[in-house]
Amino acid sequence: MAELEKLIGPRPPEELLAQERLRFLLPTVFLGLAVFCLLVSIFFPYWRITLLAPQYPGGLQAQVYINRVTGDVREIDGLNHYIGMRPLDEAAQLERSLSVYMVAVLSLLIVAAIYVHNRLAAVLTLPALLYPAIFLADLYYWLRNFGMNLDPNAPLRNAVKPFVPPLVGEGRVGQFRTVAGLGSGFYLAALASFLILVGLYFHRRAYKPLVEGRVEARDGHQADRQASSRVEQVS
Amino acid sequence: MSTQSPSQRYGPYLIVGLIVLAVLVAVVVIVRQPGGGGAQTAQQPTVTTVPGLSGDAEAIAQARGLTPDDVAAALKTYMPTGRPDEYVMFSSGGHSGQVLVIGLPSMRLLKVIGVFTPEPWQGWGYGAKSSMEVLEQGYVNGEPVLWGDTHHPALSETQGDYDGEWLFINDKANGRVAVIDLRDFETKQIVKNPVAVNDHGGAMVTPNTEWVIEGGQYAAPLGWEYASLDDYADEYRGMVTFWKFDRGQGRILPEESFALELPPYWQDLCDSGKVVSEGWVFCNSFNAEMATGGVEKGNPPFEAGASQRDMDYLHIINLNKAVELAQAGRVEEVNGFKVVPLQTSVEEGVLYFAPEPKSPHGVDVAPGGDYIVVSGKLDPHVTVYSFEKIMQAIEAGPTERDEYGVPILDFDSVVEKQVELGLGPLHTQFDNQGYAYTSLFLDSAVARWTLGGSYAEKNPDEPWALISKIPVHYNVGHIAAAEGDTVSPDGKYLVSLNKWAVDRFVGVGPLLPQNFQLIDITQPGDQMQLLYDMPIGIGEPHYAQIIKADKLKPWDVYPEIGWDPGTQSKDPNAVEAGQERIERRGNTVEIWMTAVRSHFTPEIVEVKKGDRVIWHITNIERAKDATHGFALPGYNINVSIEPGETVTFEFVANQDGVFSFYCTEFCSALHLEMTGYFLVSP
Repeated sequence: MAELEKLIGPRPPEELLAQERLRFLLPTVFLGLAVFCLLVSIFFPYWRITLLAPQYPGGLQAQVYINRVTGDVREIDGLNHYIGMRPLDEAAQLERSLSVYMVAVLSLLIVAAIYVHNRLAAVLTLPALLYPAIFLADLYYWLRNFGMNLDPNAPLRNAVKPFVPPLVGEGRVGQFRTVAGLGSGFYLAALASFLILVGLYFHRRAYKPLVEGRVEARDGHQADRQASSRVEQVS
Repeated sequence: MSTQSPSQRYGPYLIVGLIVLAVLVAVVVIVRQPGGGGAQTAQQPTVTTVPGLSGDAEAIAQARGLTPDDVAAALKTYMPTGRPDEYVMFSSGGHSGQVLVIGLPSMRLLKVIGVFTPEPWQGWGYGAKSSMEVLEQGYVNGEPVLWGDTHHPALSETQGDYDGEWLFINDKANGRVAVIDLRDFETKQIVKNPVAVNDHGGAMVTPNTEWVIEGGQYAAPLGWEYASLDDYADEYRGMVTFWKFDRGQGRILPEESFALELPPYWQDLCDSGKVVSEGWVFCNSFNAEMATGGVEKGNPPFEAGASQRDMDYLHIINLNKAVELAQAGRVEEVNGFKVVPLQTSVEEGVLYFAPEPKSPHGVDVAPGGDYIVVSGKLDPHVTVYSFEKIMQAIEAGPTERDEYGVPILDFDSVVEKQVELGLGPLHTQFDNQGYAYTSLFLDSAVARWTLGGSYAEKNPDEPWALISKIPVHYNVGHIAAAEGDTVSPDGKYLVSLNKWAVDRFVGVGPLLPQNFQLIDITQPGDQMQLLYDMPIGIGEPHYAQIIKADKLKPWDVYPEIGWDPGTQSKDPNAVEAGQERIERRGNTVEIWMTAVRSHFTPEIVEVKKGDRVIWHITNIERAKDATHGFALPGYNINVSIEPGETVTFEFVANQDGVFSFYCTEFCSALHLEMTGYFLVSP
């Protein structure tokens, strides 16, 4: 029991819980909202690109979800073959096959952080916190990979030089103007990160005194100061 | 006398002639000067101010000699780029055997649907199985008949209103009816009438499209038998056929269809009853004289012989009862087709006649189904029958019978009104303001007149009266108003389908185009305005129907990759990219090919001389308009493969050599590279 408590931090006493319900509720609420946002983001596109050309009134769209690409993929693939770009389906196959499970794991880790009342909580939420940045890095990797590795035997190999489509903003390929931007799924994931930060702030405010109480009893002031500064750094 | 010189002899005449000419010129100049009546013929650009126009527009109008009416007409019809039309007109293509699809009010030609005649662009009749099978259904006695004289298109209806799902059209020349699916605007079926060589009074539909009506015309022994003209009254017969249409299958079912044997009067046009008269069908007729012609033998020619009597007969058919008889087996078989004998129709009260002024044309049922309008043709009136009075007269019992025993109702007891319109009334359409419109062939005009009864309150004009006429150019046959033969006409536009153009267009040799004229019928009373002339250079169209564009729900691309338009379902021979292959079984080589911008896969096909080649091509595109063609010169193969479509064609490679096939649609910048070799080794 003591081992477990060492791992997941102290439980607040009943009378304290009754007295200051909001103090202990807030971290749960914010971290819970973060989980909600993260899970909902699965159903919304993280990234979108529109290709505009005279013969496509309304343009061609592709929406990148964490596990699939939707929109005019077939047509975009058909056009891309002229410049030797591989079909979109070949991009990030591993990432897409694992992504939903990964988000589930990230969410479970956040849920776990709700029940862990020491600085381990910050470690548990770290992957979800960094997740949007990881997504962007991976997307950029694939855009670059696809744009720079054009089939040298493609029909229009001389007309289009290898290029990196912009992650956000406008680009140009042949007669197409491309407009790329982040989607609502990504914004939800970013919101989740923000909510985690807020949640960790309240988490620290709620549980730090309890942890310090324990630590103080055992190791004295110095260890406590180190611990709190580490939590601050993580936060 | 003989001493007079020619100038002395003719001098006085010359002087008088010159004076007469001068007076005539003066009169013409004076008459034309006030700017009025000059609109009909080409004229000097008259400088007129068009109120409300900007300086630039005013300058253009002046430079082009446009009157304020011309400018208004232009503004009413001009469609800026990218703006679709409000209405779609389906017109018969006349001799072309096709159907024309035209946008209103711009009068832009949108499509020529291949129906009875091969049409290369759509790959209609150049190898593609789904087209060859339909055209073969239209073969007559096993012989290819690859043209048609399309007459009357009929849009499918639900509760008497166009539903935009199906289109039917008849071929007068060969007595055939075609079914067109308006999801892909392609012909799906042709049925050949088994009892008659040709027809005229089709196609019309009943208010819920259960039946497609095909009326005959020139009487002949039923079922293509021989009989001497001396036995005309005994052996020759008219007919009207009711084709059962199955909406689910999208096909006419010949085995559930039937015809009525009719006396050998020449049935002309038919219309289905609706609303109160639903379940009844009306056909007019001419040649109740039963003239058999023979001008070369000193007999009166048909044109005179068939016009002797003062009255012909409006045929009033109880369709519901006829269906009961056909289903109860009260039929004879003619060429394997059910025909209800004339005697049975008479005994069972299926057929009644009402006299109609001689040699009429056109029978048109008013929107409420309450009045039936027959146009006089040789009589200056339209004769309006009351359905209610017809029912009362049938109830009261007929006053006399014709020589075949068909009961004849008393003219005066069934006629509601006769309205004198002018010379040569032919066809009638209706609008939403209680007006009827009738084409006047000889007057070369369209008459607007008022209906009475419940329609009278829709306009301020006196009921059952001619209101105005608008000249058309020239010799109008049918007219079509927006949804003008449905239970709820829209008004707004009317198109006059003119037979002669004479001076309307730049000369193109002795065969002149037909002239479709768009008329604005929005304003009541005598305010009708001619808006636009559209030349038709493909055949002489007869009838047309105009449907609100938003009722049509055509596909942009076929619903799935690998679609067979023949069955409107996924083709078992469809292939996706990566599944292409060539298989040989004995002397048969089967190819499963894909087409996508800008290549066919496979690109090289090798066979031996004498091999039977079965070729399937699937267009795996999903982009709107990404159609590919496939032509195999040397083997007369030319197909159109629309996005998602799978096309199959077969032939025997009986000529060795090297044949390059290619995409016939300019599909992409690398269209010319979209080619391949078909190698036939000796």
